[in-house]
Amino acid sequence: MANTTTAHTHDDHDHKPHGLKRWLFATNHKDIGTMYLVFACVLFFLGGAMALVIRAELFQPGLQFVDPGFFNSMTTMHALLMIFGAVMPAWTGLANWMVPMQIGAPDMALPRLNNFSFWLLPFAFTLLLLTLFVPGGAPAGGWTLYPPLSLQAGDSFPLTIFAIHLMGISSILGAINVVVTIMNMRAPGMGLLNMPLFCWTWLITAYLLIAVMPVLAGAVTMLLTDHFFGTSFFTASGGGDPVMFQHIFWFFGHPEVYILILPAFGVVSEIIPTFSRKPLFGYESMVYASASIAFLSFIVWAHHMFTVGMPLAGQLFFMLSTMLIAVPTGVKVFNWCATMWKGSISFETPMLFSLAFLFLFTIGGLSGLMLAIVPADFQYHDSYFVVAHFHYVLVPGAVFAIMAGVYYWLPKWSGRMYNEKIGKLHFWLSTIGVNVLFFPQHFLGLAGMPRRIPDYSTQFADWNMVSSVGAFIFGFSQLLFVYVVWNAVRSGEKAPQRPWESARGLDWELPTPAPYHSWETPPSRDVVAHGTVQH
Amino acid sequence: MANAHASTHSEDKYYVPHDSVWPVFGSATLFIFMIGLCGWLNEWYGPGVFVVGIVMLIALFVGWFNVVIKESQGGLYNMQVDRSFRMGMMWFIFSEVMFFAAFFGALFYARQLSVPWTGGEGVKIFNKLLLWQDYNATWPTNGPAALGPRDDGSFETIPAFGLPAINTAILLLSGVTITIAHHAIKEGNRRILNIFLALTFLLGFLFLGLQAEEYIHAYTELGLTLSTGIYGSTFFMLTGFHGLHVTLGAIMLFVIWLRTLKGHFTPQRHFAFEAVAWYWHFVDVVWLGLFVFVYWV
Repeated sequence: MANTTTAHTHDDHDHKPHGLKRWLFATNHKDIGTMYLVFACVLFFLGGAMALVIRAELFQPGLQFVDPGFFNSMTTMHALLMIFGAVMPAWTGLANWMVPMQIGAPDMALPRLNNFSFWLLPFAFTLLLLTLFVPGGAPAGGWTLYPPLSLQAGDSFPLTIFAIHLMGISSILGAINVVVTIMNMRAPGMGLLNMPLFCWTWLITAYLLIAVMPVLAGAVTMLLTDHFFGTSFFTASGGGDPVMFQHIFWFFGHPEVYILILPAFGVVSEIIPTFSRKPLFGYESMVYASASIAFLSFIVWAHHMFTVGMPLAGQLFFMLSTMLIAVPTGVKVFNWCATMWKGSISFETPMLFSLAFLFLFTIGGLSGLMLAIVPADFQYHDSYFVVAHFHYVLVPGAVFAIMAGVYYWLPKWSGRMYNEKIGKLHFWLSTIGVNVLFFPQHFLGLAGMPRRIPDYSTQFADWNMVSSVGAFIFGFSQLLFVYVVWNAVRSGEKAPQRPWESARGLDWELPTPAPYHSWETPPSRDVVAHGTVQH
Repeated sequence: MANAHASTHSEDKYYVPHDSVWPVFGSATLFIFMIGLCGWLNEWYGPGVFVVGIVMLIALFVGWFNVVIKESQGGLYNMQVDRSFRMGMMWFIFSEVMFFAAFFGALFYARQLSVPWTGGEGVKIFNKLLLWQDYNATWPTNGPAALGPRDDGSFETIPAFGLPAINTAILLLSGVTITIAHHAIKEGNRRILNIFLALTFLLGFLFLGLQAEEYIHAYTELGLTLSTGIYGSTFFMLTGFHGLHVTLGAIMLFVIWLRTLKGHFTPQRHFAFEAVAWYWHFVDVVWLGLFVFVYWV
């Protein structure tokens, strides 16, 4: 197959490479996308298992199962695994599958780089997971790695730092690939403002990734040199400042949370119109809102650290800029509602997940507004309220959108339909589970329960028990997801060419299942502009 | 986008490579490299694994670029592929800019905010009254504990208008020589190209030599080391990472020079040359920032 161009593969288009080589030496965007998604799923269950360790320990007051050090390792590792190992790779996997299909491109622009980005991840997480077995145990200072605590880690310290470096390289290269693919590989007639919103939100996400992952690399490099080479970036006695780490970290960290959620906006903006049988309301305002959110994400970072001490002017600035984000986000939420207005809505699994996203992400957004208020944040900071807030935006936010996307596109990918009944069961168990899990944590936080503790005062016992029950319902119902996908791919009903009759976009113009090489010849301008279905 | 049209001609398809061992080899390489470094820092074992990683890294670059150069010389890349490479390089350089931004950010934050606060500025007056009465928080500083190699905690800095100014001139001159080489490649003047490209990387290596001289001077005579408080930290990390980039840039220029000697590149198609030239200019601009904010003001 060496030196085969897409021109050659035209003659033998189901000639896929076979065996292990297909995956190790992959350059095909669909194969790499599949690897990303499978990897994300594995890490989702690993990170989920850690979350269940946390919730098992917190089921009752007192120390039951694990010692406090290991508990802290679990919170730290759970976060790192879920953010860098589950959600981000899942989005990159979806981007790999969908971006070339949606813009009419034969593949990603830089296919070898694409495979490099993927294969860095298993190695990065090998490094990170190795920390569980080294003297001193896994990192336990929180995923934010604040010094001086993080500097006091044992042998896990350099492993964690270098794992983050590898993840960062992977993300940067993956993001460069997405930007270049979108900017350079669109079919003729596919203007930027004709692109499906998933491509738009991913373009903006990729820009954020390229801008902030290097900053994280810089921050952890400073930690490394502080630990091993005698620098004093974060040591006050040498003129440094531990708070400086927090500023640099959150300059990365806040755009990072939008990296996790922006592609979700894209997916939901594809699904809601399809199942409302109406075009998306306010397409351009969606694009501009996404871009505004991305811009604002660079000037709000210090709202994560109101309580560490900063000048009043700083607190005011970061409070107000944070609240400003509610405007573009509100535009999005209203647009989704307006899209559904007077639509003829049906409730298949992808739509159910998208609707849950709409409601539950908004709850997370509103608790975010509460946290943005400086005096209120003094109360909420580092409490379970914060935990509830960011889990509402990340689990029924980002994770639900990923699942919605998988249900939505699975028929096009595999050529087979999933079992709608089990899909709906998965949805309801997840949605009920996630609310039982996280809603009580608002109460716990407001009542004063701090985050990242293995034991707590007995007054918090009831809601912790409820929360833990929800955690196990949610966690185990995800096995259904694996079953549904596995079942569909193995023995699902054959999917029609257009599994959802009102789905629009180039991805749906391809045959089902999507051919190994997406658009070897770019679609005609007419297809790009109108598709092949009359509205 | 008009160019995507061209892909209807089969000889002008967008080239999608197949079956490459290098990406997965590269991932394994970085893993060996980093676990080697981890084990060495943790004193689990010596530098052996790390050295294996370095060797693999060199093999990676040679091997991967070899394939790309062969494909490029074989005419597999159309203009659209060329544009992908260009955009990829630009965004890569942007990511590098952001990496340096983190360290410049640390420098500005320390100088403008945290050092004055440590010295008791404004509402932080209690730092002065209770914690560090004798600390004179003026830049350059190595902190209230006066960290550093000298017993009395003193250290000296390198004046801007000595070696650093000469280094500035060298890098600016190398920016001129690479531009002359760029014009020469466009005009097909290979002799000028070869000479000025060689001059460029020689200037790069000269810069590095002088930088090494400066480091030795700082370590042996000025009491200025990596552990001389926040000044030493920011000074050596900023100039050190810059020096690393100059090293990489100069090696890249050297490779491009070898390729021009072999007759690669045409007046129309010379992406690799331009990518390295952009990289070199980027390294130049970072230096100007360093010269102004680290050495001068």
